[in-house]
Amino acid sequence: MSIWGIIRIALKSLTRNKTRTFLTMLGIIIGVAAVITMLAIGQGAKKIVEDQVNSMGTNVIMVTTNFSQSSSNVRQAAGSGNLLEVADVTAIRDQVEGVLYASPVFNSWGQMKFEGNNWRTGVMGVDADYFYIRDMKTSSGDLFHASDVESGTKVCVIGKTVADNLFGDVDPVDKIIRIRNIPFTVKGVLTAKGQNVMGSDQDDMVVAPYTTVYTRLLGSHWRNMMVLVSAESKDAIQIVQQDILDLLQSRHRGTTSEQFDVRTQTELADTANSVSNTLTILLASIAGISLLVGGIGIMNIMLVSVTERIKEIGIRMAVGAGKRDVLLQFIIEAVAISIMGGIIGILLGFGAAKIVGNTMKWSIAVTPWSVILSVGFSMAIGIFFGWYPASKAANLNLIDALRYE
Amino acid sequence: MQKRLLSTESLTKTYIMGEIHVHALRGVDLSINSGEFIAIMGASGSGKTTFMNLLGCLDKASTGTYILDEIAVHAMSDSELTLIRNEKIGYVFQSFYLLPRTTALENVELPMLYCRKCSLHERHQKAMHALDVVGIKDRAKHFPNQLSGGQQQRVAIARAIVNDPVFLLADEPTGNLDTRTSIEVMAVFQALHKQGKTIILVTHETDIANYADRLITFRDGRIISDKVNPNPRIAADDLKTLPKMDEED
Repeated sequence: MSIWGIIRIALKSLTRNKTRTFLTMLGIIIGVAAVITMLAIGQGAKKIVEDQVNSMGTNVIMVTTNFSQSSSNVRQAAGSGNLLEVADVTAIRDQVEGVLYASPVFNSWGQMKFEGNNWRTGVMGVDADYFYIRDMKTSSGDLFHASDVESGTKVCVIGKTVADNLFGDVDPVDKIIRIRNIPFTVKGVLTAKGQNVMGSDQDDMVVAPYTTVYTRLLGSHWRNMMVLVSAESKDAIQIVQQDILDLLQSRHRGTTSEQFDVRTQTELADTANSVSNTLTILLASIAGISLLVGGIGIMNIMLVSVTERIKEIGIRMAVGAGKRDVLLQFIIEAVAISIMGGIIGILLGFGAAKIVGNTMKWSIAVTPWSVILSVGFSMAIGIFFGWYPASKAANLNLIDALRYE
Repeated sequence: MQKRLLSTESLTKTYIMGEIHVHALRGVDLSINSGEFIAIMGASGSGKTTFMNLLGCLDKASTGTYILDEIAVHAMSDSELTLIRNEKIGYVFQSFYLLPRTTALENVELPMLYCRKCSLHERHQKAMHALDVVGIKDRAKHFPNQLSGGQQQRVAIARAIVNDPVFLLADEPTGNLDTRTSIEVMAVFQALHKQGKTIILVTHETDIANYADRLITFRDGRIISDKVNPNPRIAADDLKTLPKMDEED
C-alpha cells in the first residue's frame, strides 16, 4: 500500500485518541521549547557581548603599564611605576605602521555642578583621536577638536547619564558646568552607548582635552595614563600589538615586555564569548536532556499503545496489512507526534524567548539553525524511539494478536 | 461441473509447547468447489479452529499441501500470504473484531486501504455498496459501540465481502448473538450464498450448521464425516416463525 495511505491511517489513529496523543506530545513540546528558548537566550547573551565589545570601538588596542611587575620585583604603589608619557602616544601614532589613531587617556574624578545640581563622575582627558577610536558621536552639539587639545581649552563633552542628572530637561550645549569648581563649557552630549562588558554605564562620564585635564584637574602625583590605539584593520591588530610593545621597550631602556600590557578588544571579546558559549552549551544540554526524556515518553506511550492495540494490529493483519504496513504505521505515528510536538514547541519556544527578551531587555535571537536542529532532533527521536514499539507490533503473531484479550 | 476452489492434502499442524508436541491436525484431505456453503463442526479441541486458521492463511501448516485458486499457498512467504488474505479471503469473527472509535464505513474500507487497486472514491463506493448488501447502509456513520451485536456482525460481513474475495470464512459468527439475531445473520449469509459466494462456516452449534449445504465434522484433528445436508434450513423462513423482538433501534 502507498505511503500516503499509511500516513492517513496513522494520523487517523492519532486523532482517535486525542488526549493520549497530546500527553505524549507534551514531552516533546516542552523539550523543544526549552531547547529553542535556551539557545535563544545563549545567542542573545552572545549578541549582547558582541555589541558591547563593538561599542568599545573598532580594532582597539589598549596600552597600560603593569604596575606590579617592576624590575626589582617589589610591588610598588599604583601609579608610581607608570612609564608611559604623552610622547609615547605621538611615537606610536607616527612610527608604528598600521596605526590609525592613538590617544592618551587620563582618568580622573570630580564633582560636577550646574546651577543647583550635583553629580560625581569620572572625567577622561583624551586627545581628539579618542572619539574616532571609540567611534563616538554626539546626539546634540559638537565634539571638541585637535585645536582645543593643543591650546588646552576648558571644554568638554558629556555622556547622556551626566546630562540627564545635571541638566534634566535643559539643553546642555554651550552651558558652563563646574568640575571641581573649574568652569568647563559643554560642547556636546554623546550618543548613548549603554552598559559595557563589565556592566558599568558608559554614558556616565565626561570627556575633556587631556591637556586641560592634565594641567587643571590632575595633581602632579597622580598621572596614571593609558594609551588607546586603533589599528587600521582587524588583520593588522596582531602586528601592531607587537610593534607597539617593541617600540615602547626601545623608548624606555631597561624595561621588559612584562612591564607593558598591550591588550586588544579581540582578546576581551574572546574571553566574553567563551563564557557565553559555555553558558549556551550548559543551557542547551539541560534542555537536550528534557528532549531526551520527551523521546523516552514517546517510546513509553507507543509501547503501551502497542499492547493496548494488539487486537487492532491482529485485525489489520487479518484483512491484509503486511508487517511493513504495521511497522510504518507505528513509526509514522511516533514521528507525527514528535514533529507536531516539535512545531508547537518551536512556537512556544519563540514565545518564551520573546517574553524573556522583553523582560530582561535583551535582544533575543532565535536562529534558524536552532529551529532546524530541534525539528531534526525531534524527528530523529520519533524514528528512534518509535522503532522498537513499531517492530514489536509488526512482529506480533497474527493468531495470538487476534485472540489476545 | 463446478469449479474447484481449494483443496488440501494430508494437511497437518503440530504445536510445539516446550517438550510436548500437540498434534492439532493429523492429515486433512478436503476439496471445496466454488459456490458451496459449508459448515465445519466439531467440539473444542477437535482441530476445526486450527483448520480454519490454515484455510484462512492466518497460520501456516506444518506439512501437507494447500492449493487455493490454483495457487500453492503452503509454500508461500508471510508477505505473499498477506496479499492472499487481503485479496482472496473475507473473514467474519465471533466477536466481530471491528476497530473501535472507527465508523462502520471506515471499518468496511479497511481491507481496501491495504491494497493498491482502488482510489479513494472507488473505496467509498464499494464500502457503501457492501453495507447496502448486508442491509445497514443507514448506519454507515455510526461507531461500533453505537451498534447492536447483529449490526456489528453485519458490518463485519460487509468488511469481509468488500474486496470480493473467493470465499468467506466465518468463525462462530453467531457465537456472541441471541437466537433471533443469529438467524438474521445466517439469512445474510444465505443471501450471499445465493448470489454465488462460497462460504465456509465454523461452528459447534448444529442448529446454525444446518443452514449450510454441506456438513464437515472434525474430531481429534481429522475429518470424521463429510456429508451433504439433505434439507438445509432456510433462515428467511425461520425468521417469520419467530416472534418479533423490539430490538435494533
